[in-house]
Amino acid sequence: MAEHLVEMKSVNKHYGDMHALKDINLTVGKGEVLVLIGPSGSGKSTLIRTINRLETISDGTITIDGEVLPEEGKGLAQLRSDVGMVFQSFNLFAHKTILENVTLGPIKVRKMKKADAEKKAMDLLKRVGVDHQRDKYPAQLSGGQQQRVAIARALAMEPKVMLFDEPTSALDPEMINEVLDVMVGLARDGMTMVVVTHEMGFARKAANRVVFLADGEIVEENTPEEFFTNPRSSRAKDFLGKILTNH
Amino acid sequence: MIDILSRYDVLGAFWMTVQLTLFSAIGSLIIGTILVIMRVSPVAVLRNLGAFYVNVVRNTPLTLILVFLSVAVFGVLGYALATRGESGFIATNAFRWAVIGLSVYHAAFVCEALRSGVNTVPLGQAEAARAIGLTFAQSLREVILPQAFRGAIAPLGSVLIALTKNTTVAAIIGVSEAAALMRAIMENETGSVVVFFIFALGFVILTLPIGVGFTSMSRRLAVKR
Repeated sequence: MAEHLVEMKSVNKHYGDMHALKDINLTVGKGEVLVLIGPSGSGKSTLIRTINRLETISDGTITIDGEVLPEEGKGLAQLRSDVGMVFQSFNLFAHKTILENVTLGPIKVRKMKKADAEKKAMDLLKRVGVDHQRDKYPAQLSGGQQQRVAIARALAMEPKVMLFDEPTSALDPEMINEVLDVMVGLARDGMTMVVVTHEMGFARKAANRVVFLADGEIVEENTPEEFFTNPRSSRAKDFLGKILTNH
Repeated sequence: MIDILSRYDVLGAFWMTVQLTLFSAIGSLIIGTILVIMRVSPVAVLRNLGAFYVNVVRNTPLTLILVFLSVAVFGVLGYALATRGESGFIATNAFRWAVIGLSVYHAAFVCEALRSGVNTVPLGQAEAARAIGLTFAQSLREVILPQAFRGAIAPLGSVLIALTKNTTVAAIIGVSEAAALMRAIMENETGSVVVFFIFALGFVILTLPIGVGFTSMSRRLAVKR
C-alpha cells in the first residue's frame, strides 16, 4: 500500500467560530479500506465530504491520486467523477428510474453510448441485486434497495475511491446487512474505500484501519482488532464503552 | 343584445386575448427560466442581477411597462417590431410590443414560481449530481430544473391565470383584444351590465380550465420522494 490515493495534509475547516476540522493529516492507500468513527459532531461527516469538496476547507491540501483538488469548475467536476460517494439519505435522483439513475453519469460525464451505459448499469444492478427494479422510481424501492442502487450509481463511474457517509444509518435494521454485504464484497474486490460508520461488524470484517475522531481531531488510528479490543486514548475508551454496552 | 353582439367580432377579440396569452406565456417562461438560473447560480454578479430584475419588474405596474414600451421605445425612439407601411402595421406592431411587455413583466413571477420549485428539491439531489461529476450546468439541466418545474406547476398555473387576465392591459396600447372591444361596445351601443357579464364569462371560460388543468397536472407530475 505504498501508493497514496487520498492524501490530506494539515487540513483545517472553520464554520464561523467553530473549528470543525483541526489539522487533519490522513492518507488512504490504494485498495485500503478505512473506517472513520467517532461521536456525533466529531467532524467525521465533514471530513469525508471534504474529500470530494462537497465541503470546502479553510486551509491545507487534499490530493486524489496525486492531483490537488481544484477549487471549482470543470476540473473539480472531472475529479469528482473519479470519487464515488454514497450518502446517508441515498439521494437517488427522484425523477429518474433506477436504470436512468445509474446511466446518467456514464452518459453525461463519461460520454458513453446509451446502449453501452445501460448494459454496464444492468451488470452493476445485478451485482447489487436490484436488476429486476430497473424501471421503477426510487420512491417505490425500500431503503436498502435504494442504497444498493446508490452504490451501483457510484460504481458506474469506475471511481478510484468510494466514500460512504453513514450508509446504513437511515436504514431499518433488517436492511442494514444487505447493504453491508455489498460493501464487504467491494472491499474484497480491492476497492479503495473510506467509510463513516458505527457498524463494528463491518469494520472488523472489512477495514484495514480505523481512524477515531473527536472534536475535529484525529485522536487514534489503529487496526480494527486493536482499536476495538484495546483502545489507547481515554476518549476512544469512553466512546466504545457507550456504544458497546449492548453487545 | 344578440343583435348588438353580432355586429362586433367578439370571438375575434377573444382570439386576440388567447394569442397574447400564448405568446407571452412562452416568452415569460423562457425569460423566467433564464432568470431563475441566474438567481441560483454560484456567480454572485448573476445572482444579484437576477434579483435586481425581479425586484424592479415585479414592483412596476404592468400599465407603466406597456406605456413605456409603446410611447418611449416605439413612439420616441422609433423601434418598430413590424415593417412600416405594410398593411396592418399599427396592429402588428402594437401586438408584438404587448407580447414583449407582458413577457418581461410575467417573467419575474415565473422566476419566483420556479424558485419556489427549486426549493422543493432537496439539497441532497444537487450534492449527488455534483458527486458523480456533473458540472453546474449539467446538474441544473438533468437534475434540479426538471424537478423544480414539476414542483412549480401549481404556482406557474397561477401566473398563467394572472397573465390571461393581465392581457387586458394591452388594450391601452391599442391591441384590439377582448377588453378593448368591451369598452367599444359599451361606448357605442349600451352600458348594459349584460355586456360586462358576457365578457367576464369569456375570461372565466379561458381561465377556469387552466386552473383545473394545472392542479391535476401538479398532482400527476409531482416527484415522489
